[in-house]
Amino acid sequence: MQPFISISGPAAPLMAANVDTDVIIRIERLSDFGRDQLAPYAFEAWRFRPDGAEQPDFVLNQDAFRSAPILLAGRNFGCGSSREGAVWALNCIGVRAVIAPSFGGIFRNNCYQNGTLPVVLPEEVIDGFAAIARTQPEAPFTVDLDRQVVVPPNGKPVPFEIDALRRRGLMAGQDDLGLTAQYAEQISDFQKRDQVDRPWVWIDEGLQKN
Amino acid sequence: MTLGCGVPRSAALFKKADQGNSDVQRTLFDKVWDSHVVAEMGDGYQLLHVDRNLLHDLSGGKALADLEARGLSVRSPSLNVAVPDHAISSAPGRHATSTDISARLAPIFRQRAEAAGIRYFDVNDPEQGIVHVIGPELGLTLPGLMITCGDSHTSTQGAVGAIAFGIGSTELLHVLATQTIVQAKPKRMRVRFDGALGAGVTPKDMILHLIGQIGAAGGDGHALEYAGPAIEALDIEGRLTICNMSIECGAKMGMIAPDDTTFSYLAGRPFAPKGVIWDRAIATWRGLPTDEEAIFDTEIVVDTGLIAPQITWGTSPEHVAGVVDRVPDPADAADTAQKTAWEAALDYIGLTPGAPLEGTAVDHVFIGSCTNSRISDLRHAAKIADGRKVADGVSAWVVPGSQSVKRQAEAEGLDRVFEAAGFQWREPGCSQCVAANGEVVAPGKRAISTTNRNFVGRQGPQARTHLASPTMAAAAAVTGCITDVRKLMDT
Repeated sequence: MQPFISISGPAAPLMAANVDTDVIIRIERLSDFGRDQLAPYAFEAWRFRPDGAEQPDFVLNQDAFRSAPILLAGRNFGCGSSREGAVWALNCIGVRAVIAPSFGGIFRNNCYQNGTLPVVLPEEVIDGFAAIARTQPEAPFTVDLDRQVVVPPNGKPVPFEIDALRRRGLMAGQDDLGLTAQYAEQISDFQKRDQVDRPWVWIDEGLQKN
Repeated sequence: MTLGCGVPRSAALFKKADQGNSDVQRTLFDKVWDSHVVAEMGDGYQLLHVDRNLLHDLSGGKALADLEARGLSVRSPSLNVAVPDHAISSAPGRHATSTDISARLAPIFRQRAEAAGIRYFDVNDPEQGIVHVIGPELGLTLPGLMITCGDSHTSTQGAVGAIAFGIGSTELLHVLATQTIVQAKPKRMRVRFDGALGAGVTPKDMILHLIGQIGAAGGDGHALEYAGPAIEALDIEGRLTICNMSIECGAKMGMIAPDDTTFSYLAGRPFAPKGVIWDRAIATWRGLPTDEEAIFDTEIVVDTGLIAPQITWGTSPEHVAGVVDRVPDPADAADTAQKTAWEAALDYIGLTPGAPLEGTAVDHVFIGSCTNSRISDLRHAAKIADGRKVADGVSAWVVPGSQSVKRQAEAEGLDRVFEAAGFQWREPGCSQCVAANGEVVAPGKRAISTTNRNFVGRQGPQARTHLASPTMAAAAAVTGCITDVRKLMDT
């Protein structure tokens, strides 16, 4: 997984509330294509008209935002389906950080597994960023995980909160499997104890293969 | 503006509890969560044991392949179960490779699951069905368990008093390799449904109404517990419907305290414990319900008696109203983000602000999904369909949630009721809820669905989805338009 330290570039404002993972990537695209082949299908219902032509009004079709590494979003971004492909699709079009008032919980965890940074900031702060992005589309924002700040173009750094464990994982480029390797012994101990305490969890004649 | 009938959105709904939980007084959620902590990871994160991990065809085979590619193996195969449901065909006479996607996924899924020693229920096995339908049905889902699955509607299975939640692909690898999951403990929210359901109003209407009240992010960062007399009065199938849509108000998990209704539902199920172990389990499970004085971070009270049959009008489950209401006007939205979303939603769904919802013509009806495909759902829908005909120009599908539901429905003659009315009677699976198997609602067509998501393109590109209960869906099928089902019910 690619580490996340700091990135700079345009920030695309996609400010509707409740952008769901279905609209970020359609489910059948994830069966048809690999995780690094999703760029043409990210937000396809919004990026393209039914005839396949580009929808010129859609923010990611505006030249300044085509490869924006930062997305400014409305509340509850990435709600809905657990598909990790939503994060892969964002990565495929170059998005490495999403700034929103809140995120779908499963989507947020999926971000941490893929070197993508979900930044939570108050709605009014993001509205302010979006206003800047609309008037100066090419002006670079910086999202700095090391310093835990977002720096708007020619503006003051805005601090954000992130759990220390998640910050460490992102900066080290380590997903959850990397974090857990050290706990093998505790898992064995728990399972041994649990087989005595809660045998109904471990009923083998039921759960094991015939 | 008040959307739908019932309790208006207001700050008074949210009673902020005092801070902190005492040592002895704990919630159902705390009791289950705390008993699964394998290790403290610092920064508020814990490593939790996973008692059941369920694999489905869209991600299961891929996860097992990725696991091997990382040089890892399945740690506890007997705690994992695999079933194809998402991509398989629901057409009568189907087999594992009937759809292109399933032909690519199902055989490899089976092969890899079996090689890993994971129990696999194949497409036409007697146990097959939608993963969240078969879990409780087979007694795999039990009170007090920690359950994961690479599917956000895993929250369904919290209805028997388990913590059950959806995970992503990498988290799924983590569970397979370690039988644990890394999580930060969410806050606790209790939703109490006071009063009783009115005639023609169903558990689906209860949960849609709640989502309308608190919004698609109303439960963000929380584990929900549903409680109160209207919940206690529900059978397990109704409770499963409620917990299913927890994720649609932003909560990864929703649960209901186990009680005698739960225990009699589970008794004798194939994978439920038997004999002395059952007795021991029951004794443990009786201690799970929330203690009298336990504190929740947020409490919400809903007056169940005021809920009308619900129908969605937009592209988020929070875009919901009573069937007797009108399409809202974006000018009345609370803020810019909501206004933007409402405008886009109405444009996509093709409705006009101020128009009555009832009477809107429909093209298709879908009865199925992990939300509403159980035997009680089909019985209620069949009662509306009985002796009536699907309206001209409308197509209608019934997709039972599992082979067991299908067998039971056929034994009761429900298939014949539906077919006589002009519905298609199909094979168990997710089908048009997620449209991953090529079974889509045609572009621009309007569907009433008993599913859980009305997202843009969810049921197929440009498909327009209205979420409703099975009886509301059946009513729309026979009238050809959105209809208040209470008008079709015997009094």
